[in-house]
Amino acid sequence: MTTIDTQLEASAAVVDTPPGLLRRIVRQRQAKIGLVLTGIVVLVAVVGPLLLPWLTGYTSTEFAGRPFQPDGLFGTDNLGRDIFSRFLDGGLTLLVFAALATALGMILGTAAGMLAAYQGGRLDSVIMRGNDVLLALPQLVFALLAITVLGPQGWVVVLVIGITHAPRIARVTRSAASAVITEDFIRASEMYAVPRWKILVKDVLPNITGPLMVELGLRMTYSIAAIASLSFLGLGMQPPTADWGLMINENRIALTLQPWGVILPVLAIAILTVGSNLITDAVARASATVEESK
Amino acid sequence: MLGLILRRLSISAVILLVVSMLVFVATLLLPGDPAQALLGQQATPERLEALRAQMNLNDPFAQRYLHWLGGLFVGDFGVSTASGGSVAVLLGDRIAASLVLMAGAAAISIPVGVIVGTYSALRRGKAGDHAATGVSLVLAALPDFVIGIALVTLFSTTVFTVLPSVTMAPPGEHVWDYPSQLILPILTLVLVIMPYIIRMMRTTMIEVLDSGYVEMARLKGVPERQVIWRHALPHAIAPVAQVVAIQLAWLAGGIVVVEFLFRYPGVGQALVDAVTNRDVQVVQALAMLIAAVYVVVNLLADIVGIVTNPKLRTGGTR
Repeated sequence: MTTIDTQLEASAAVVDTPPGLLRRIVRQRQAKIGLVLTGIVVLVAVVGPLLLPWLTGYTSTEFAGRPFQPDGLFGTDNLGRDIFSRFLDGGLTLLVFAALATALGMILGTAAGMLAAYQGGRLDSVIMRGNDVLLALPQLVFALLAITVLGPQGWVVVLVIGITHAPRIARVTRSAASAVITEDFIRASEMYAVPRWKILVKDVLPNITGPLMVELGLRMTYSIAAIASLSFLGLGMQPPTADWGLMINENRIALTLQPWGVILPVLAIAILTVGSNLITDAVARASATVEESK
Repeated sequence: MLGLILRRLSISAVILLVVSMLVFVATLLLPGDPAQALLGQQATPERLEALRAQMNLNDPFAQRYLHWLGGLFVGDFGVSTASGGSVAVLLGDRIAASLVLMAGAAAISIPVGVIVGTYSALRRGKAGDHAATGVSLVLAALPDFVIGIALVTLFSTTVFTVLPSVTMAPPGEHVWDYPSQLILPILTLVLVIMPYIIRMMRTTMIEVLDSGYVEMARLKGVPERQVIWRHALPHAIAPVAQVVAIQLAWLAGGIVVVEFLFRYPGVGQALVDAVTNRDVQVVQALAMLIAAVYVVVNLLADIVGIVTNPKLRTGGTR
């Protein structure tokens, strides 16, 4: 019976809510610009490594000549490696690590937030107080503390950025979910003795996708910034890996002599974060209008 | 209202206590022996034993924690494993230098942010508003080191060469004796935190301007200037104060990257150096210091929120 009901509801929904969230997002000019900007950088980061050494003649760690010389398209870096090769090779790890950290934070944060909202009582206050403690340390300081103990390794960076995202996501999830769990359809599911996890995943989660999408975009932007910052501090990716944050750190001493080693990765990170922020902003607007039209 | 503030105060104290446990546990997880690290590989067993006793390394964990915690209150942060010097002496000048940066950034970004946000709200939908919103959207997305490097390329290396890109004060002198070296780091921090203040100010101001009492004031013929200054602005301040506080708290951690970029001799640079050298005592002390600033600023923000909220003024609880 419930399946028939949901089918009826679904067909009714198709009739009177014309544009979905996704279409509302894409319709905005801002989102289009954002998609193009991030698209370009993602394309460079993903396809770049495949083009080496065919396009530039060098791999990203091969020595191409003397340091800081204007050889090749953009010259050589502090150790005489080809800057363009390193640039093409240096984006993928940043993107993958940022995506992993964001995914980890989203999973932990959403689960904790929904559980806190649905369960209430003691579990709620334990989770939220735990959040307060994690939020008392700035993200970067928390990351630095973890790196001191565990060393500058990729998985440490992903883990610590993901964990520091979680309480922030949990707060948003909790407030969004607590508005949903008082609805009648949740109570109906409870009466049918649907298991708790199923209620959370099938009934609560689909109703809070709007705020979660905004959060996803926001956290992705922050993850990129945080991971690039750590590499820039020399505490993320370690040499000789080609990485945009690390490149900036390695080449900034010669900013006057050979600016490309710094400018290329800085531009790429700037375009990437501005693009993802534009998309996030468009998502926020789209989900706000969805809320209003309900 | 007083009860609410006291409750909030005690929560902050408990949070800081838990954070201190978290930070202290970090030492236990670290491989190796701090005494060995200080004395090097050639140390004799007797000297090692003596130093361990001096650093209380043989005491049970709980006792070491309490000793360390007690030390924090009287300014004894332990001994740096990398240099062997007292952490408190190491950090004294650096704290002052970092405070100069933070105060400078706050003193510029708060008034400018409030003014630009208000201007933007008043000229809603016009060119000036679009420019302010667009610029703050872009700035808000950029990581701090990207803004910093852009400023360095613009003002000190490539386009104009007018400002120094690194801080270099001779030993014994203070960073603020060389104001031109402070401009770029402070400007970077201002550009990082201001967009949030502008956006929040604009949103709340628009909300307030659309409210019934502002319309009422306009209808009864109150001059526009007075409507904005007397009726609208005071109501928009409370939410903005929260955002300002969040940004100031962010500064406590955000100065790390900016100080590293400009080689500014402050707390942030010290933290990065300590992490690179795995100097746990210094990392612990700085993490606690930054957490304390962070928690206190957030506490102040909540108190401002409680005090300015008319619903709580009569002593009712939420």
